[in-house]
Amino acid sequence: MERSAKLQDIKSDWARVSEANKGLATVVRKEVGDHLSGKRFTILALLVLITCLGSLYVAASTIRTTVGQDELDFVFLRLFTTSGSSMPLSFISFVSFLGPLVGITLGFDAINGERDRRTLSRILSQPIYRDALINGKFIAGVIVIAIMVFGLGFLVAGLGLIITGVPPTLGEVLRLLTYLLLSVIYISFWLALAILCSLLFRQTSTSALAGIAIWLFMAFFLNLMAGMIADGIYPINDNSEAGQIIANTRTEQMISRISPAYLYSEAVTSIMNPSVRSIAPVLLEQAYGAIKGTLSFGQSLLLIWPQVVCLIAEMLICFAIAYISFMRQEIRA
Amino acid sequence: MTTGNSYILETIDLCKKYGDMVAVDNLNLKVEEGIVYGLLGPNGAGKTTTILMLLGLTEPTSGQALVNGYEPFRNPLQVKSLVGYLPDNVGFYDELTGEENLLYTAALNGIGKDEAQKRIKEALKRVAMSHAAQKKVGEYSRGMRQRLGIADVLVKDPKLIILDEPTLGIDPEGIQELLSFIKDLAKQDGRTILLSSHLLHQIQQVCDKVGILVKGKLIASGTINELEQQLVSQEQMELELKAVPWDEKLGSICQAIDGVNKITVQNDMLLLECSKDIREDLVKALTANDYCPTHLTLRGVSLDSIYLRYFHKEEEYYGKVS
Repeated sequence: MERSAKLQDIKSDWARVSEANKGLATVVRKEVGDHLSGKRFTILALLVLITCLGSLYVAASTIRTTVGQDELDFVFLRLFTTSGSSMPLSFISFVSFLGPLVGITLGFDAINGERDRRTLSRILSQPIYRDALINGKFIAGVIVIAIMVFGLGFLVAGLGLIITGVPPTLGEVLRLLTYLLLSVIYISFWLALAILCSLLFRQTSTSALAGIAIWLFMAFFLNLMAGMIADGIYPINDNSEAGQIIANTRTEQMISRISPAYLYSEAVTSIMNPSVRSIAPVLLEQAYGAIKGTLSFGQSLLLIWPQVVCLIAEMLICFAIAYISFMRQEIRA
Repeated sequence: MTTGNSYILETIDLCKKYGDMVAVDNLNLKVEEGIVYGLLGPNGAGKTTTILMLLGLTEPTSGQALVNGYEPFRNPLQVKSLVGYLPDNVGFYDELTGEENLLYTAALNGIGKDEAQKRIKEALKRVAMSHAAQKKVGEYSRGMRQRLGIADVLVKDPKLIILDEPTLGIDPEGIQELLSFIKDLAKQDGRTILLSSHLLHQIQQVCDKVGILVKGKLIASGTINELEQQLVSQEQMELELKAVPWDEKLGSICQAIDGVNKITVQNDMLLLECSKDIREDLVKALTANDYCPTHLTLRGVSLDSIYLRYFHKEEEYYGKVS
């Protein structure tokens, strides 16, 4: 009796949820279709595919030449992290480099594009709540990003298996899955930011440029600025004492961590490289006597957990701001 | 929030302010079911703002709008599923075909795929667009987009249709076609239609009732005839009069009639300024005194001229086109 009542409850809850999100599935379906058949996404996906295959080729040949030279653990993960002299970027650096571009491409004209085409008022006069449109666009973007990231990851993994012939361990597979999921979250952050830009700027070209400018700042300049600011607060020279140097490094790190690009790179290098044992600066005396070894998957995950939480939070904050400003914006041009 | 009256659309002291700018000012609009209502006004009079408030896409600053008894901003879904809206300069997704665009609308309305296909086929046939259903909208001409827009509204099968400036940018032949189509929608299908325009003579042939909106205020509302009376009665009227015999006494006869304020002689006729329409009284008085009026005209106070005065600037631009 009680069980059927509970089932009834769930059913009515579900009915309420689907009533509140009327039209969401339709918007998602249409947007995913638009993205996947659009020229813009096709071009970028091809670019990412080619560079990733290139990096795989280089990684595979580098691994082959270094086999036997030193102890070669985690061959499977090295497929993603190794770069060579002819191709100075590895798979993960390519994804961290091109991923934001994909995110911005998927979102920069989300709302102002609808305004430009004069479809916004027509769509919103259909019986759906206003947030179904922006939610649907975001969800569709995340789905497309997930398809691309996981597709590429598995493609490279499969080809790598054929080339090297070394099967992965369970830990490695889990690390790879975590890495791919992390990449989806990271690229979704840029998608959310691009959607926000599409609300703040009326012109699609302006919002695309704004998105790219923020990306450049976060990925390259914030790092440089963090060093300058840290040097200003805690000046160091060759004779500085340890406390000063640590304070300097910590400050620099904390400022850099504002950037999702930095958080992502910290998280990715730790999860894809089991020999990374600490992200914070380590003193020589702390390292003294430590046995050289690798971390288990669980320990690596623990290490990057703050970064993961911050990334998710930054993505959600970005989307929340976009959501609120969309709900408050006037519909008419 | 049902009010239990027969108005499908009603606003009560509806106001919308953008900062200091008052876009809609204490608007009291009433539209009965089954009629064609024309909302007239110059550009920037608040027509589109009013329409957006009726659809629940903009929140009123104060006052209330009721569509079929529902408040649009509180019950957006009920209102939106009842109302078909054709925005001015309607837009579609260029990379999709006409049919795909309509399928999207139908899906957003929760219409099943088979039913949607049937309705779309019918709607496209009705607006004579069947031949272009499989063409990408990017290749459509402006008139075709407008027709697709109407098909888009019809797929929804709405009780109330709101058309915002539907005649803008269409050639004269297209306008005639569109207007007779709008008439059909009201008379054959029994739908209520609210259409906005800034061209009086264009829409007066289809509208059962007209409201004139100037600077956010509804200055007159009713049938075209009522409108004329409402507006004309507020104005000073000028009558031109010629009569035989033409002598001094004519002036004093006219002066005796109730409502005449001032008489001046202009060239070979009398100009009577009066506060109401005295033509009937005047003719009676003249014939009683053995005068015969040869020329009697109400000068410059037709509905057209009043309307023109409110925004002669726009008319200079658009008047010639129509």
